[in-house]
Amino acid sequence: MSFNYDQIERYSRHLVLKEIGGPGQQALSAAKVLLVGVGGLGCPAAMYLAAAGVGTLGLLDDDSVALSNLQRQILFATTDIGKSKARQARHHLQQQNPDPNIIAHNFRLTDSNAHELFASYDIIIDGCDNFATRFLVNKACHELGKVLISAAVGRFDGQVSVHNSGNNSHPKTACYQCLVPSIPPEAETCEQVGVVGALTGIIGSTMALECIKLITGAGTPLLGKLLIWDGLKAAARTIDLPVDPACIVCGSEHGQNNPV
Amino acid sequence: MVSKMNVFINGEPHCFAKGLSVSAMLKELRLIPEKVAIERNLQIVPRSLFSQTELQDGDHIEIVRFIGGG
Repeated sequence: MSFNYDQIERYSRHLVLKEIGGPGQQALSAAKVLLVGVGGLGCPAAMYLAAAGVGTLGLLDDDSVALSNLQRQILFATTDIGKSKARQARHHLQQQNPDPNIIAHNFRLTDSNAHELFASYDIIIDGCDNFATRFLVNKACHELGKVLISAAVGRFDGQVSVHNSGNNSHPKTACYQCLVPSIPPEAETCEQVGVVGALTGIIGSTMALECIKLITGAGTPLLGKLLIWDGLKAAARTIDLPVDPACIVCGSEHGQNNPV
Repeated sequence: MVSKMNVFINGEPHCFAKGLSVSAMLKELRLIPEKVAIERNLQIVPRSLFSQTELQDGDHIEIVRFIGGG
């Protein structure tokens, strides 16, 4: 695909970057990315990915916009309250950039629809709000050999990882359940403990940046790493996340490394 | 006499008996293993290795609480 004059102007700040340039922008326009959850993390991630010219952007969320979302879910307007998040997000993103093919998946992810949905995407980004869905996303990504960008927030804290545990041509890393083997008891939700909107912006943008790096080959993505962001201290650290040999999803002790 | 070692937990020095495992440390700190990840010298310790991973003098441990919000 070649770019027209408007596209050359629109993506000019990418085109001058040696890490992206023309080939990187071509790769972005050919990429198919699915966002699971169009909330505090999904909104900024979707905005930057659509603006960056990602070719196909899927938005999965079965929820509708609520007033309490608007403190951090910056894609939505007050007039969106009560309407589908996926559809309203698509509407706003398409106004910002008409180039991407944006698909609203206005339904809930389940064991039975995950494979079919994920199969048509290259990269899955998980910014959902519960551990059960995170486990479901991780398992489907592992089984299908999809790269998973996973992030979470709570209060002033954020965590981001990139997982590649399944079968594909890239080196294998830990999966999400190597980090979180079982659903934590009495897990806190943002509804209970709160979260700062600006923090979701930082972490959601980090997911988008990791996605752009994976697509264009720029730099070193957080593969097999965990980025921990402490918003109260404005301190971040990146640590190693090794495979848990006993992981029930990808661990070698369970013979899960080579699914047939 | 049991020999002791110093371990830093979230930046604070703690004194433990030498050879203490990650599992035993969590017990001493009254932490539930299912609620946290343990970072030792900038690396996550897989949960299945908690009982066989012995802390060393001077280790830097961070207790990483799981968060799941989005």
